Amino acid sequence: MPVSAQLNIGPDWEYDAAMRVVLQHPKRETEIHGPRTVGQLLKRLNLLPEAVLVLRGDELITEDEALKESDTLEIRPVISGGA
Amino acid sequence: MRCRRCGGRAVLKMARHNTSVCASCLNDYVLEQVKRAVKDQAMFGRGDRILVAVSGGKDSLALWDILMRMGYDTVGLHIQQGIGTYSEASFEKTDGFARSRGAELIVHSLQEEEGAGVLELAELTDRSPCSACGVMKRYNFNKIAYDRGFDVLATGHNLDDEASRLLGNILRWQEDYLAKQSPTLPATHEKLVKKVKPLFRLAEREITAYAVVNRIDYVIEECPMSAGSKMLVNKEVLNRLEAESPGTKQSFYLGFLERQRPSDLSREDEKIQSCTRCGQPTTATVCSYCRILDKVKAAP
Repeated sequence: MPVSAQLNIGPDWEYDAAMRVVLQHPKRETEIHGPRTVGQLLKRLNLLPEAVLVLRGDELITEDEALKESDTLEIRPVISGGA
Repeated sequence: MRCRRCGGRAVLKMARHNTSVCASCLNDYVLEQVKRAVKDQAMFGRGDRILVAVSGGKDSLALWDILMRMGYDTVGLHIQQGIGTYSEASFEKTDGFARSRGAELIVHSLQEEEGAGVLELAELTDRSPCSACGVMKRYNFNKIAYDRGFDVLATGHNLDDEASRLLGNILRWQEDYLAKQSPTLPATHEKLVKKVKPLFRLAEREITAYAVVNRIDYVIEECPMSAGSKMLVNKEVLNRLEAESPGTKQSFYLGFLERQRPSDLSREDEKIQSCTRCGQPTTATVCSYCRILDKVKAAP
């Protein structure tokens, strides 16, 4: 029996991941459950892919990259500018 | 995701080009775009001495890195603005970058040379900090480049900077600014140094990726004075359009450049003359820099 059925939760949580996410401006850290890919994570955070980069350790990863429970990710904003 | 050029592990998806690239092919792409920008806009040549304005942020450090990699004769110029820990961190990153590459860096401290940092200058003159900072940077970039005999001044403005500036200028129909919005601004006065923006073909996200994959240690922190700036709002609007329709930013700005008339860059109605105080180029009798310094000198 799948884990989701045993726990009586939806299939979306079957491979639920809880990863640490470091955000900038201001720098802060949070834990996020659920997203299986970088693209899903950005959607969850309501961030446009064009406005950020995602790093795992010091490596850049693309939107289709699968996420693991043990991941620590940094969301690096790319937009800057005054005036 | 795989690199569309070599099949390696992709580090960046570029929707506007309908492609993905690995770290090595990203470097090739960035250098190709800068090479094309330099050539198409007749920015500089092999024998030219280039002064690169470096803030410590991703764009200017990436620009300096790229130009050195391409073998150009460059020197960095960093203006210390005196905005607390942000300016301290900016200097540390710039200085660290220059030292790591054995590159020459000119440092100009507003506090030491002008007698006040950006925040104090803004307060004394009733200008916004960004306005005071802009006057100080433009003046010192040009004067230092001229005094030290550089052929050209290069800044790290990217496609997003130029597209958002264009949007702002069009929304307010600031035709004077529109006329001057070019990646190459010629020297139209004997003391004016040619200014170029070699990163204008590259999106901000592409340059940030270049900085990350090449381990360029830049200031991630944003200038505390930029919060709520119109530039940031315009960039967000353009990124929303870009998400819906990839390529919007490049077709907007590059399309503008294609339609710009050569005569727009040498407008007869804007006479550049010498400031009666300092001799530097200005459109007024006394330049903005001298007027700001008058207030510093008059301050108790």
